[in-house]
Amino acid sequence: MSLAPADLRLRLLAALALAMALSQLQRPLTAALALVLLAALALADRMPAERWRRLLHVEGFVLLLALSLPLTLPGPALLHLGPLPLSADGFARAGLLALRISAAALALLWLLGGTDPMRLGGALRALRVPERLVRLFLMTLRHTSLIGAEARRLQEAMRARSFRPGSNRHTWRSLGNLLGMVLVRALNRATRIEEAMRCRGDAGRFPGSALPPPPARDVLAFGLLLMAAVLAVLGDRM
Amino acid sequence: MAHIPDGILSAPVLIGGAMLAAGGVALALRGLEDRAIPRMAVLGAVFFTGSLIAVPVGPSSVHPMFAGLMGLMLGPGAFAAVAVGLALQVLLFGVGGLTTLGVNTVNIAAPGILLGWLLGPMLRCSTGAQRAALAAAVGGLAVLGTGALVALVLALSAPEYTPVSRVMLVTYLPLALAEAALTAAVVGFLARVQPEALAPAGAQP
Repeated sequence: MSLAPADLRLRLLAALALAMALSQLQRPLTAALALVLLAALALADRMPAERWRRLLHVEGFVLLLALSLPLTLPGPALLHLGPLPLSADGFARAGLLALRISAAALALLWLLGGTDPMRLGGALRALRVPERLVRLFLMTLRHTSLIGAEARRLQEAMRARSFRPGSNRHTWRSLGNLLGMVLVRALNRATRIEEAMRCRGDAGRFPGSALPPPPARDVLAFGLLLMAAVLAVLGDRM
Repeated sequence: MAHIPDGILSAPVLIGGAMLAAGGVALALRGLEDRAIPRMAVLGAVFFTGSLIAVPVGPSSVHPMFAGLMGLMLGPGAFAAVAVGLALQVLLFGVGGLTTLGVNTVNIAAPGILLGWLLGPMLRCSTGAQRAALAAAVGGLAVLGTGALVALVLALSAPEYTPVSRVMLVTYLPLALAEAALTAAVVGFLARVQPEALAPAGAQP
């Protein structure tokens, strides 16, 4: 059985609790244990390989940060890189950073990676996120694919006229025109959407009743995850 | 580029960022009429998809952020648009983090909004080279502002991050150049085709 609550409200809350707890761990040992435990849970859940691969994505500045710590932290040297001492403390900090980032990212991939964001609307409203923000979220999500298709069509047309991007003014101006055109079309589209919504009696709210209370199984799973998050922080500080 | 993941920043910085972002989003929503929601959503979708375009700079390429352009076109509403865009990036691509959502929103939205507010009025009534220069300033400085804020939150989180945060701004220079050129081009296009698009909805009579 999976420990991930099926109910999206509890799933979101569990992901937030785990991310908060894991991102504040101070000891490499607890962070490593948490990472192993999460990996076991995700494996038991048969998390698809494509989501595991996303763990490898590292932002450039994070890499810069991790690489610089052995060089900049004072302390006894573990190795020497030419004339530069690489401190043991620095390696320990960089390792802790990598473990924390991976554990938190794995928790999010495991709990939220498979959810269809379109279904999050009801859960977000149940969690008291303002109605307008939820509407904005769902409408933005709904139009990303449309706008993306429009931008791709325009880019294909540019390629058909043998446009080749390079670092020059022509490229920047052409890409600026492309984006400007997408923006103009988007504004016209927004006007049409707004008129269509008013025609259908839009009242500024999504119709529909409140979600039913989550099943006992999900509450139990959420409780266990929350307890694990609290225990991780407590064990870490002992 | 500016998507700080979970696990780097300290709790006080995260909490402060979340509170600032909540205030910014509340400000954005208060000024948002129900009828203006589609405009903001569709523009948000454009900026979201636009950030996937690779712009060549020298031997590598960067992905634009459009923070300056958002500040010009959405005003304080950019807080809500950026927050939504970052939440979507976490959910769809696993980029960024949940605890850092607030900090990242402030880092990306605030410089653009500030520059749009400061330079926007002058930009809207200027033409030609002056307009291009102002637009480039809004786009490029917004990126540098974001870089400075990322460096600041790192330095505030832990003293050992300070050396890196000092050199961090340099890595933002290529993006700032690309963003300046692109923003100037987009603003030039919009000013010719649909000048009213360059102001937040409801800002002008």
